[in-house]
Amino acid sequence: MAEQQTQLLANQPQPVVPPGSGFRGDDVPAETDMYRCVHCGLCLSSCPTYTTLKVEPESPRGRIALMKAVNEGRAAINPTVVSHWEKCLQCRACEAVCPSGVPYGRIMENTRAQVLSHGMQSEGLRRMSRMFLRAALPHPGRLRLGAHLVKMYQKSGFQRLVRASRFLNVLPGGMAALESQLPDFTGPFFGPSKTVYPARREKKLTVGLLSGCVMPLMQGSTMDATVRVLNRNGCDVVVPVGQGCCGALNVHSGDLETARQMARRNIDVFRATGVEAIVTASAGCGSTMKEYDDLLKGDAEYADSAGYFARMTVDITEWLASLPIDPPVSSLSRRVTYQDPCHLAHAQRITAQPRELLQAIPGVELVEMEQSTMCCGSAGIYSMIQPELSGQILDRKLDNIVATGVEQVVTANPGCMSQIERGLRQRGLSHPVTHVVDLLDEAYRSEDGG
Amino acid sequence: MARLLVYYHAKFLSYFRRAWEWCFLVSSLAPGAAARFLDELKAIVGEEYVYYHPEDLLVYEYDGSIDRGLPGAVVLPISTDEVRRVMALCYREGVPVVGRGSGTGLSGGAIAPPGGVQISFSRMDRILEVDTENRTATVEPGVINLDLDNHVHKFGYRYAPDPSSQKACSLGGNIAENSGGPHCLAYGCTTNHVLGMEVVLEDGSVVNLGGTARETPGYDLRGVFTGSEGTFGIATCITVRLLPLPEAVKTFMGVFPDVDSACTAVSAVIGHGIVPAALEMIDALSIRAVQNVMDLGYPEDAGAVLLIELEGLQEEVEEIGIEVEAALWESGPTLVRTAEEASDRERLWAGRKGALGALGSLAPNYYLVDGVAPRTKLTEVLREVAAISERYSIPIANVFHAGDGNLHPCLLFDERQPGALETIIEAGAEVMKVCIDAGGALTGEHGVGLEKKELMPLVYTDEDMDAMRRVRDSFAPHNRLNPGKIFPDGTHYHPPARRPEPGLSI
Repeated sequence: MAEQQTQLLANQPQPVVPPGSGFRGDDVPAETDMYRCVHCGLCLSSCPTYTTLKVEPESPRGRIALMKAVNEGRAAINPTVVSHWEKCLQCRACEAVCPSGVPYGRIMENTRAQVLSHGMQSEGLRRMSRMFLRAALPHPGRLRLGAHLVKMYQKSGFQRLVRASRFLNVLPGGMAALESQLPDFTGPFFGPSKTVYPARREKKLTVGLLSGCVMPLMQGSTMDATVRVLNRNGCDVVVPVGQGCCGALNVHSGDLETARQMARRNIDVFRATGVEAIVTASAGCGSTMKEYDDLLKGDAEYADSAGYFARMTVDITEWLASLPIDPPVSSLSRRVTYQDPCHLAHAQRITAQPRELLQAIPGVELVEMEQSTMCCGSAGIYSMIQPELSGQILDRKLDNIVATGVEQVVTANPGCMSQIERGLRQRGLSHPVTHVVDLLDEAYRSEDGG
Repeated sequence: MARLLVYYHAKFLSYFRRAWEWCFLVSSLAPGAAARFLDELKAIVGEEYVYYHPEDLLVYEYDGSIDRGLPGAVVLPISTDEVRRVMALCYREGVPVVGRGSGTGLSGGAIAPPGGVQISFSRMDRILEVDTENRTATVEPGVINLDLDNHVHKFGYRYAPDPSSQKACSLGGNIAENSGGPHCLAYGCTTNHVLGMEVVLEDGSVVNLGGTARETPGYDLRGVFTGSEGTFGIATCITVRLLPLPEAVKTFMGVFPDVDSACTAVSAVIGHGIVPAALEMIDALSIRAVQNVMDLGYPEDAGAVLLIELEGLQEEVEEIGIEVEAALWESGPTLVRTAEEASDRERLWAGRKGALGALGSLAPNYYLVDGVAPRTKLTEVLREVAAISERYSIPIANVFHAGDGNLHPCLLFDERQPGALETIIEAGAEVMKVCIDAGGALTGEHGVGLEKKELMPLVYTDEDMDAMRRVRDSFAPHNRLNPGKIFPDGTHYHPPARRPEPGLSI
């Protein structure tokens, strides 16, 4: 039989890539990390972007293949390649299921550092990096000032006026879309009114608390709850002055230099306090702080203390479960579902402790949702850089939440809280979305009240 | 000042680079026939579901194994109709076509032929119907094996074939390769579970093979099609058989000081007249790989571990369980333990099913040889494999379906070392010869594909292979579907030379 084939697509022009590795400088993805990937594909079903878009370039395996291709001089760091890397949420779900143990988070952070140093970031990320990640995040004062302004704008009714008038729609640059994503700053800010909050029961331990960057402004009440729950369980809480943002968002966007400066400041501040652990109520921060040793491994002066800082860091749920807590006495009678924050479940592999805490509250019934460890699409600044894809990922999460029929959603990370809350409100649903410690605090307080 | 200079320098470079790349982008949209062809593909599946930029194609050049081949274009259809139209277009233009499920195959089956169009089925992933009365499910080819299994669990059923890649591999790919899995010892491979399918042939015509019943009149074309490695046609709608979930499941782990005594135990278990649901062996090197990544409860000082699973009625499992334990103890194990808790069993199976990937913690590449040897000759064959390992100084990890003699020696290497790949392929061929000489077969469940095509003459005469080609010709007379696979033709699809950078950690 004839076996004729045409060569229609066989001689397509191939791009000329400069010889040698496309990665250069200090912050490069390590070969030993990248080549651990044997492209078996077992990560595919855990990846939020692959399961949403269903195409290989938007999968962990595809992204690593592109890193290898750049490393081998088969592809350049160009807009096509960068668009696939930037669609990654860095949720690290692939890392948790990888049978080869590929440290995906680390290689993606270094890859983003390469994109940054090659000046190839997308416009959206570039703008966000300049305006927010470098100009605002490292400066708690500026953040607080900005938050006060936004709070005034939101509380004065001016926001309603602007939205109703659709005045922003006529301005260029997608101002209306940006405005609609403005975080909610209407709640109380977290002080800190003092640096030491003494234990209410017999004192057992002294812990440091990371107040961080936007969490005390957006979820101040959760920070207060964290302090109260720690105090209630015999912990003196120290909130040292001078601390700042942990640098997680900078690390994720590849701005490792700024992140290192932020890490060094926090290390110095907490070193001076002599606390027995550094607690954080934000899973994203905890995961980055536990990896300060990796971030500062090239810094002779700080390498040791970074390792010590990393070992001292604990997530609030991990810490409370290890105490263990005094279980609250009064009953809350509530059906809740728990959303695993990616940086808690995948990066820190903490899934049991938050559930233990929830189940320690009398009357709380935990209903598991489908795919509770799948990302909600928040992923730091991702929801602002990739609003469309983030929305699709959020939609699936909301479907799974609604299917459980619960009255409240509980999670353990500020980003997840605001993303899920925003999604529910847009659907016209009024489920409260809280942190695990919020629920614990509520139980303790109703006990005190009664 | 210096910082400013550096900044503007970097800025200038990036603009220059972008302009440079833009030139290539434009030139890659070659005018003429190729561009028109791509436009027609886009008209069928939509612009965003045709990939032809070199960077996008790079991620479709691999599967789970060592062969590579850049497709000319990748299309991602959503319906049988789109598949039919893509196939008809390619047929008209004489462009070869290959289907791709999730790209987890281990024989290069989904690797595109040069200049070929790869049809990726990841978007056709709907479970269309579960018929509990007739115990069947109808699915699209991109449905993930484990997703189907989990879905039908809700109704008390299961889809039995469970390749180790079941978390990622697709039903369409399972049919192409007639995939197996640990539980195929008791339940058979994919072919025993596929009842019927809708198939698009090379010219774009659509036919139905098999049906919804277990036996259909006329030739068993469904049977011929299953395992045809994408050379006969592309299945676009598949009806599979479901089995009820077993009442009881019990898993035994036998720990042995060496591979020899574990092989003896395999014979002892089978010799007792027991047919377990699964009987797997994991050797010391594989255990090390698994435990390297995550502690899944495997003893790190063992020479080999047997995993034996029993399924059935409660009493039956209890009764046979006693016999299994007795048979295991006859062969000198250091430990026999049972896992009845679902979580305990899942941990052990997670280790077994992740073992292949875990090899990545030992070396950047593995070459998995899918040879089959008679169960009674396992000991000798594995000894010879060990000898090959020593002769070539290649670490070989064994993790395999011992119950049906389906070996999976994994030759570990680093493709970036010059000459490593050639040596590995040579050693792999020797392993294969050992299996054949012992009276075994070339492939147990992964297919021939690119990987083993040159070895086919070891088992088949020219007349045998001609007979196979004639069957293929009656499905695909122009051989436009996945050409260059299965039959020896002297071509290789190996990756291009890499920068040498040693990376073995053993």
